[in-house]
Amino acid sequence: MKTMNLLIISAIAVLVFTAVGCKNNTDVSQEFAVNEIVEENTVEANAIAEAGYKIGDEATDFKLKDVNGRMVSLSDYKDAKGFIVIFTCNTCPFAVASEERIVALNNEFKSKGFPVIAINPNNPEIQEDDSFELMQQKAKEAGFTFPYLFDESQTIYAKYGATKTPHVYLLQKEDGKNIVKYIGAIDDNVRNAAEVKDRFLANAINELLEGKEVTVKETKAIGCSVKQ
Amino acid sequence: MRFLFVIFFAFVLLGCTDKQSETKTDAVVGEVAMKENLHKTEGDYSNKKIVSMNFEELEKNYFQNKNDSIYIINFWATWCKPCVKELPAFEKIASDYLDKKVKVLLVSLDFIDKMDSQVVPFLKKNDIQSEVVLLDDADANSWIPKVSPQWTGAIPATIIYKKDNRKFYEQSFTFEELETELKTFFIKINL
Repeated sequence: MKTMNLLIISAIAVLVFTAVGCKNNTDVSQEFAVNEIVEENTVEANAIAEAGYKIGDEATDFKLKDVNGRMVSLSDYKDAKGFIVIFTCNTCPFAVASEERIVALNNEFKSKGFPVIAINPNNPEIQEDDSFELMQQKAKEAGFTFPYLFDESQTIYAKYGATKTPHVYLLQKEDGKNIVKYIGAIDDNVRNAAEVKDRFLANAINELLEGKEVTVKETKAIGCSVKQ
Repeated sequence: MRFLFVIFFAFVLLGCTDKQSETKTDAVVGEVAMKENLHKTEGDYSNKKIVSMNFEELEKNYFQNKNDSIYIINFWATWCKPCVKELPAFEKIASDYLDKKVKVLLVSLDFIDKMDSQVVPFLKKNDIQSEVVLLDDADANSWIPKVSPQWTGAIPATIIYKKDNRKFYEQSFTFEELETELKTFFIKINL
């Protein structure tokens, strides 16, 4: 019986020892690629993704700070027929690849009643490159001709259901409400503007301008996940 | 009874030492060697090669395997912080479950022109052992729904499948979370 006890004790000792040994091992391997601790709540992210707007929903207005310090709301645009709301950020390669196209969209559609409203949904404490100061720099360098707003409380992107940057919501005013008409990508080739075959967003706006229903209401594109 | 303990000790000890040696030996590299006949563009790193392909090729070669293996396919990119953060979990799963028919594939969504300047140096620097391919296919709207209708397009994203049993996750994983999900596929086998 003594031998049994001894065996059990040594078993526990060995187990603890090995567990610690293996764990240390893991810790070393986990150090390798991690430059920054990123806290994430994936359950929450999933809940938000499901709770976002669908086609036909009324989108909320907001009051967010622009890079020039002014507060901007959709209700400021009395004459607009609708809005191109784009959740984007400073450094995501897909957002950067889309910058010129977003400027071009504003140039093309603002005069037709659909101005671009860009919103940065990222938390700069997680993604330091997405700070307000760097947003100001980005707007200047990239020649943004539209508001570039900071979703500081991170509530607006969550209500819309944006999961990534860039993520587009096309809204149309109907009886004073902003109704979601299209959700998704700018076009079918985020990497190379020269190879675009289908301008999803522009097509949708043109259909609305012609009083038609949007044919392609939702598209998918790769993007950087919103940093909460 | 004593015999059982001895076996148990041996198993525990082996389990641990194996892990240590696996991460160091080249044998592992051989196990997850790249499919070299698929390459269009390739970058050398260490003794491995990374291939790029469009979605059709990716789907044909990696998404439809009907063998007994469990495949874990993770979509990531070098610039995606949560993706980079979770890579060690996938690496550890790959090495822990190496002899249990679990295969990990890391699908990089980096732009193809960053292959040599970013992707290969990253893999080298971090000594990534899992198989890596670069998905070079611009028309994401056509292939994202084929990966999963649930996918909004944000990364990281992961598929785990065995034959026709397939699950999609648009989320980050810790090692424990990933192992828990993986184990549900083992349970299915035993039923």
